[in-house]
Parts: sequence; C-alpha cells; structure tokens
Amino acid sequence: MTNSWTDIKNTDLVIVMGGNAAEAHPCGFKWVTEAKHQRGAKLIVVDPRFTRTASVADYYAPIRPGSDIAFLMGLIRYMIENDKVQWEYVKAFTNASLIVKDEFGWADGLFTGYDEEKRDYDKSSWDYVIGDDGFAVTDPTLQNPRCVWNLLKAHVDVYTPEMVERITGTPKDRFLKIAEMIGECSSPTKTMTSMYALGWTQHSKGAQNIRGMAMLQLILGNIGVRGGGMNALRGHSNIQGLTDIGLMSNLIPGYLNIPTEREADWATYMTSRAFKPLRPGQTSYWQNYPKFMVSFMKSMWGDAAQKDNDWAYHYLPKLDVPSYDILRMYELMDEGRVNLYFCQGFNPLLATPNRDKVTRAFSKLKLLVTMDPLETETARFWENHGAHNDVDTAAIQTEVIQLPSSCFAEDEGALVNSGRWLQWHWKASDMPGEARNDVWIMAQIFLRVRELYRTEGGAFPDPILNLTWDYADPNEPHPEELAREMNGRALSAVYDPTDPTKVVAEPGKQLLNFSQLRDDGSTASGCWIYSGSFNEAGNNMARRDNADPDDTGAYPNWTWSWPLNRRTLYNRASCDLNGKPWDPTRKIIEWDGEKWSGYDVPDISPTAKPGEVMPFIMNQEGVSRLFSRGLMRDGPFPTHMEPFESPVENVFNKRMRGNPVVRVFAKDAADLGTSDEFPFVATSYRLTEHFHYWTKHNVVNAALQPEFFVEISEELAAERGIERGGRVRVWSKRGEVWAVALVTKRIKPMICDGKTVHVVGIPLHWGFVGAARKGWGPNSLTPVLGDANVETPEFKAFLVNIEPAVGEAVS
Amino acid sequence: MNIDLSRRSFLRLAGAGVAATSLGALGFGEAEAAELAHVRDFKLTATTETRNTCPYCSVACGIIIYARPDDTGKRRVVHIEGDADHPTNRGTLCPKGAALKDFVNAPTRLTQPMIRKPGAAAFEPIAWDDALDRIARAIKDDRDANFLATNEAGVPVNRWTTMGFLAASATTNETAWATYKVVRSMGVVGFDNQARV
Repeated sequence: MTNSWTDIKNTDLVIVMGGNAAEAHPCGFKWVTEAKHQRGAKLIVVDPRFTRTASVADYYAPIRPGSDIAFLMGLIRYMIENDKVQWEYVKAFTNASLIVKDEFGWADGLFTGYDEEKRDYDKSSWDYVIGDDGFAVTDPTLQNPRCVWNLLKAHVDVYTPEMVERITGTPKDRFLKIAEMIGECSSPTKTMTSMYALGWTQHSKGAQNIRGMAMLQLILGNIGVRGGGMNALRGHSNIQGLTDIGLMSNLIPGYLNIPTEREADWATYMTSRAFKPLRPGQTSYWQNYPKFMVSFMKSMWGDAAQKDNDWAYHYLPKLDVPSYDILRMYELMDEGRVNLYFCQGFNPLLATPNRDKVTRAFSKLKLLVTMDPLETETARFWENHGAHNDVDTAAIQTEVIQLPSSCFAEDEGALVNSGRWLQWHWKASDMPGEARNDVWIMAQIFLRVRELYRTEGGAFPDPILNLTWDYADPNEPHPEELAREMNGRALSAVYDPTDPTKVVAEPGKQLLNFSQLRDDGSTASGCWIYSGSFNEAGNNMARRDNADPDDTGAYPNWTWSWPLNRRTLYNRASCDLNGKPWDPTRKIIEWDGEKWSGYDVPDISPTAKPGEVMPFIMNQEGVSRLFSRGLMRDGPFPTHMEPFESPVENVFNKRMRGNPVVRVFAKDAADLGTSDEFPFVATSYRLTEHFHYWTKHNVVNAALQPEFFVEISEELAAERGIERGGRVRVWSKRGEVWAVALVTKRIKPMICDGKTVHVVGIPLHWGFVGAARKGWGPNSLTPVLGDANVETPEFKAFLVNIEPAVGEAVS
Repeated sequence: MNIDLSRRSFLRLAGAGVAATSLGALGFGEAEAAELAHVRDFKLTATTETRNTCPYCSVACGIIIYARPDDTGKRRVVHIEGDADHPTNRGTLCPKGAALKDFVNAPTRLTQPMIRKPGAAAFEPIAWDDALDRIARAIKDDRDANFLATNEAGVPVNRWTTMGFLAASATTNETAWATYKVVRSMGVVGFDNQARV
C-alpha cells in the first residue's frame, strides 16, 4: 500500500477492482464503511462476480476475467477526452512533458522491437530523448507530438466505450457511469483510492493491470494524498515482510538485486546502478545503492567483506536466467534436475499451478523437507487418498522429513502489514509436543552444515564459514538480535558527510536510520529500508501509542512503518508547487518557507524547495512515470492482452496468444486448452470463512464452509442441465475436480466480441488433510504461466468445461 | 514481555464481592452458598494476556491471547479476542480471527519430527538430532556434487540449482532474515515465497 488501512477513512471514492476486500480483508474493509458513513464516500466494484464487496457497493459492473487493461485504458481515455485531469499535478509531477524517441510506437497489439522467436522486445526505442546536457528533453507546454502525454493520448484512443464493452463485456452505460464517478476525483479536493489484490496480480500481465490504475491515479492527482493511493491489500500476514527482506530468487533485502553472470565483478554490477538524475536538481535516491549494498554485505559476512575483495562479491550467487522462481524450479524438478527441496510454512501442492505436474516433480526429488505447524498436503503428496490424491505410493522414491514448527502464538517478532507497518508481537503460549520455532530449525541446519564444511572442506565453503553468526545463543538467535541486525549498526565511527570531524554514530551503536549508511565498510545493515526500526531509541516496532493527532488516520507512534516511519508514500505530492496542500482539509505535510513538516514524515528532503525538487525521489526523473521506459518487459504503456486461455481472440491481433513475452515451457504450452474444447472462463477466489489451506484444520471454520463447491450462473446451470446443489465435474486441459454446484445470481453471462461468455468461480480452501471434507483446489486445473515481469501464475483467467456428475445433491 | 495478570480476573473478584454483600444483606446466605457451589470458575481467571497480531491476512488485526499452564506445565491458549486498542481493527475480528484458538489447538498440529522413507506408505517418528543430521548431510553432499563455481566463460557464478527453498510468508521478519542468511550463504538460487502465488 502507498497509504494505510486507517487512511482509507479519508477517501471520497473507493474502487475495488481486482480484489474483494469485504470478503478477504473484512476488518480492513471497515475503513471503507467508515468513509461511506462519515464522509459520504462512494464505493465502486468491478468484478466478474457480484461479490460480498459488491453487495455493499454504490455501483457495480461485471467484467470478463483477464480484460482489466482495456477497462483501465478506457477510463484514461475518458478522463483525457472529458478534461477530467488534475493538470497542475500531471504537468509538474509526472513525465507527461518528457519527449520520447521517434522510433517508439505501437501497432497490431505490439510495441516496437518485438522478436517473435525470442518472445521478447528490443526495448531500446522505449526511452526519452536525452539532450546535450545529459538530461531528458521536455516540452512543458505539452505541444510536442512526441511528449509522453500525446503518446498516451494516442495509445488509449482505441479504447472507446464501445471497444471497452466489446473486450470486457461490461455494458457501455455501466462503464460510462463509473468513468463519470471517477472523473469527479480529478478535482484537487476529491480523492479516490484503489484497493486491489490477487484479482489483478494473478494474470500473465498482472503488473500491467496495476500500472494501468496507477497511471489513472496520477492523472487524477491521487497519489501521495490522504484517502488516495494504490493500495495492494496483499495476502499472508507477512507477505510484505518476506518481499521486503527479499526471500526470492533474484532479490537482496530492501529491493536490491542478486547479480547476474553478466556482472562479473563489483564495478560492473555498480555501473548499471548509477541512477544518475535524468532531470536537473532531482534526488534520484537510488544513487545511494552502494551504501545499501556494502552495508548488506558487511551484515552478511562481516570482516570477510572488505573493499579489496569487492566486499566478498563472489560470495553471492550469479544468475544465468532472470530468476529461479517457483514455476522454473518445478520445471527443473520435473526434468529431474533438482534433488532437495524445502517448504517452510508453504503448501505448494495446493498453491502452485497444474497439480499433476507438481506431484510428478516432487516424485523426482531425493529429499523433501517440510517445516510447518500443521499437516500439509505437500508433506503427504506421496500418500494415496483415492480420487483426492491418486498416487502410486510405492513408486515414489522421495524421502520426506516433516518438521513440526511454531505458530504465531508461540513466537515473538515483527510482521509487516499491507500498510508497511512493522508490528511486533509477543509469545503467548508454548509449542505442542516437540515442536520448535523456525529460527531454531534454521540455526540447527546451518550450524550442522557449517560444521561439516569445517571438518571435511568441500565446494566453496567460504560464504558458509564466514557468515556472521555472533548471537548470544548460536543455537537459537533471539528475535531482537535479528531485528537489530536488520536495522544496522556502526562497525567503526560514522562521520557526518558535511562535517568530517563530527561523529554521528559511535562504533557498536545502532544506526539512527539509513541516512547513516556508508559505502566504506563502516556500517552494517541487513535490510536498509528497515533501518530506523530498532535504533538506540529501542524497538520502535513495539510502540503502542495509538494517539492520532487531529484524526488524520496516520497513527504516527503506533509501531513503525518503512521507510523512516513514513505512513503515506509520495506525500510530498499532496502539496502544490508552492508546497501548500491541494486540499487544506487533508493536509499531510506542508512547506513553511524553510522546511517540510506536518503529520507524517515528509517523503522528500526536509529542506528541498517545493518548486525545484519533485516528489518522486526514487525515480531518476524526479517525477512519476505515465510512460515506464524499458522498465517492464511487456511495454511502457499497458496494452490489452488476452489471457493465454481465452474464449475470444485479441481484437488487435488475432495471431497473438496471451502476453507475447511471457516465458512458456514447451510441455506447459502443450497443456493449454482452447475454447472449442473448454468453452467457459474459470477464475479462482477466496471465502471470508477460510484462510487458504490453513483453516480447514480448524473445526469452527471447517463447519462454516465444510465442502468444496464451484459457483455458476443460473443460465449456465440450465444450459448444462446442472441442478442447484448437484454434483458437477469440472475439467481443464490439465486436470479434473468434482464439486457441489452453487447456482447463483451473483454470476451472469456476458457478451464479449459478440459471444456469450460464462464464468465459473472456483474457491480454493479444500484439500485432503484437516477437519473439512476432502476436496480439490483450482490448482488442479490452472496453467503453468506467470506474469511477464514477476512470474505470478495466471490463476484468475483460464478455460474449463463443466457437466453434471453422479452423486446426491445437497441443499 | 507484555503480559499482565488478567484485568478480568480482578473484575470477577470485585463483582463477586458486590453480589455476596447484597445477597447476604437480604438474608439469602444459604442460597448464595448453593449458587457459588455450582458456578464454575471464570475461564480467564489466572490467565496471562499477551498482545499479538492475527496470522491470517495482512490487515494484521491486533489480538489479545489468554493462556494458562496445562497439566504438564506448558502454557496453552484458552481464549483469543480482538485488541480494542489496536488502531486498525479496534477490537473487531472476522470469522477466521474469531476462531483462532481452534487453529492454535487444532488436532492436526504437528508434535514431533517424522520421516517417510522412499516408497514407504506411512510416516514414522524420527528424533530431532537424527532428522537434522540427515538434512545437513544431504545438503552437504548435494552441494559438493552440484555446486557450480564458474560458468563456461570462467566467470565465478557460485550458484547451486539442485536445491530449492520456499519460505513462509506468515513467519516473522526475524525468521525471514535468519532464513535468508542461511539459504543465500549456500548459494541457493531456487528461493521463493508466497509473494508470487
């Protein structure tokens, strides 16, 4: 989230598209109710199903799964055509005026530079014209036909309300009503917030869905302001933290990158990360990358990381592919090229696409280790459960070790919520039986492996032998020690850069925040964005002052939020070019002639003059990007792409299937179905009574929603002769499931490109262990395809067929 | 630590005191004794209260966990409720959060390490030390056999692709950091978490 849950009360309009907050985030959704009740805010829901959120909305429109980009580009077109633009904001705070290279263009659904064979773009034309002074050329009058604004205008021109209806199935009048409601928020004193979740991310072009809305929010001037923003509701309780700390193939904590093998040494790695400002006088904060990176290396390897060994650069693995993400790993596993696999609190047998493939892949492992507080299907993938897990147990030669771990009540530490608040929690109870917490388990594995390398030697033992592990009890590091390590400390005296005689941090002291990080080896910090969370003032994540001065919703002294305890990102953009709030009733910060101050930590240098330094300090341009240069693989503007399995062809290019740059493994391509065989669009979803595959272990939740069902319209039920509550078989090119049919009015057929499209909703909470009845999940049916930029699987739009099955109906 | 003796247990004692006084004054001494004889102790008596957050979605509602020792001396959760002081949820919980106690105490909680041998039809118990030694040995042997120190061009790449690790997105930051250190130091690149799915 750019903002926070409690900030939603400040909004005038909520759009829930790509999520279902009332169902999946009920207690956070209460802030929408608060805004409706106290401010008269309105709620719009756009979703394939009439969801629980839709049931309390002021306006609802249906949309075909996987067609959101067309809807969003249609909204942008409407705003431009009807002058619903916050012009001062757009001109000053976005790259609307920057000039783009002449070679850049778009035709037939593709941008310039597409190479069909490589399934990739040559992105060299997707960039600004750079002037002789080394800065991007601009035309503040927006007259130049090659400025970003005019290119955007041309790009969205095709998305007329008629075209939106044709692609998305949303009736034109409904689309126009929503556009009109949103258009009101172009006023500097009206704000819309976007709340989205997996309904936008789990597509082969998920990142472009989100960019589409972010662009709209910028055009309306809704980023950085109270009650506005792009608010990713997120899933698990610490999915934000795990992402921040970079537990992904290609990440280093704080959104730094694991090097690739093209970056053979430190100097080469740093050369592509210079982040020189592209406009005069701009911050371009990533210029501090070397400080974050050196401090990380010192945190990992201490004295073994020195300037003369490139800070132990070669202790880091180098990637030969963009990432060894979960989909690639299962492909390698299926080819017999992975031997050991660890699942810590993760149930991939139900969570990753094409369960048949996952089972096949796991069966080729030598050893699978699971660490979980509960039984999981993954740990028992080899166990035969009839139709629910029909495997040949004796033929599976994988050894499985199942380790019992702690749950939240038995552990201490911080979780990061969607609003970036690091909230500390305390241990309440003891673990059952011999269960142990995850830190202890990881420490035990590490100490044993290190001992083996100490005594036996072996392959490149240095990064293991030299890993810092100076905890009071090496067998079980305390959460506070680990938290202090992420915050960072001074290894030797840290000096004030403007006065080299002044020490700002004495050796051994915790650093105040990341402004004290250095690239000379004098500081260590595991995760630079968390620097400030545990400094000499103590554990700021444990703060419990719930005062909220002037009821802004900021709660500045409740726990701690990254970065720097800042509650609203880009909050400098809540003020105009003179530093005065666009809406004085919604002030966050303001410029008093000398400095910025207010209710929140300013997202700008406190003394940066308002007319000179622009608000988007992480970007080289200093402004936000309506045109994202070559930073995304599938285009600098979002363009409509069909799901890989779609009932209709792409209206711009009939030859184009799905996202043209998505990585598709050969076997998975062969496993894609077509609408002749699989005429219905399926989409996965979640229920408020359950959390993923956990709560089926809870008797209360298992009783509330005991049985797997699929949701279909009355029309589809009639067409296929399916009885209300009757049993059905649903199958895709990859598998089949049996379920109870929930026949509802919440799903209606849509007309897309002249064709009737039926949607099948498939919730995901059942498996073969736990207290609920045995069932299946959508991953028995879904294709192995990820988003072009981040490899999030396409769970929200795929094709199935459905028919009545044998079995007694339930009422 | 953030544990106090339950304020409710204090209220309970105070409330009982008021009732006893009024009933006694009205001459219902015997009735009072009979009543008290079959009223069970208030279940939060002598529990500890601990501040925590709900482990499910990332709204991260504040909760208060009430626990007390069982027969073996281990502290067990007896009740969980919303934390009224928490700015986000202000004491409210959803149908999942409201049932958290039965998640912590689920019959399918794991209590001891288990091993399933190749081809076997069932898990069998294994001691922690044996399980951990086995895992460490497997890591060491596989890493030594399959670690790629340099690529064909002779560039140091130091990666190990035959092992993968999925991390949990409901563990703490501190667990995540300890996990990151251990997994990365070995050169593992097949590293992921629920952020993608």
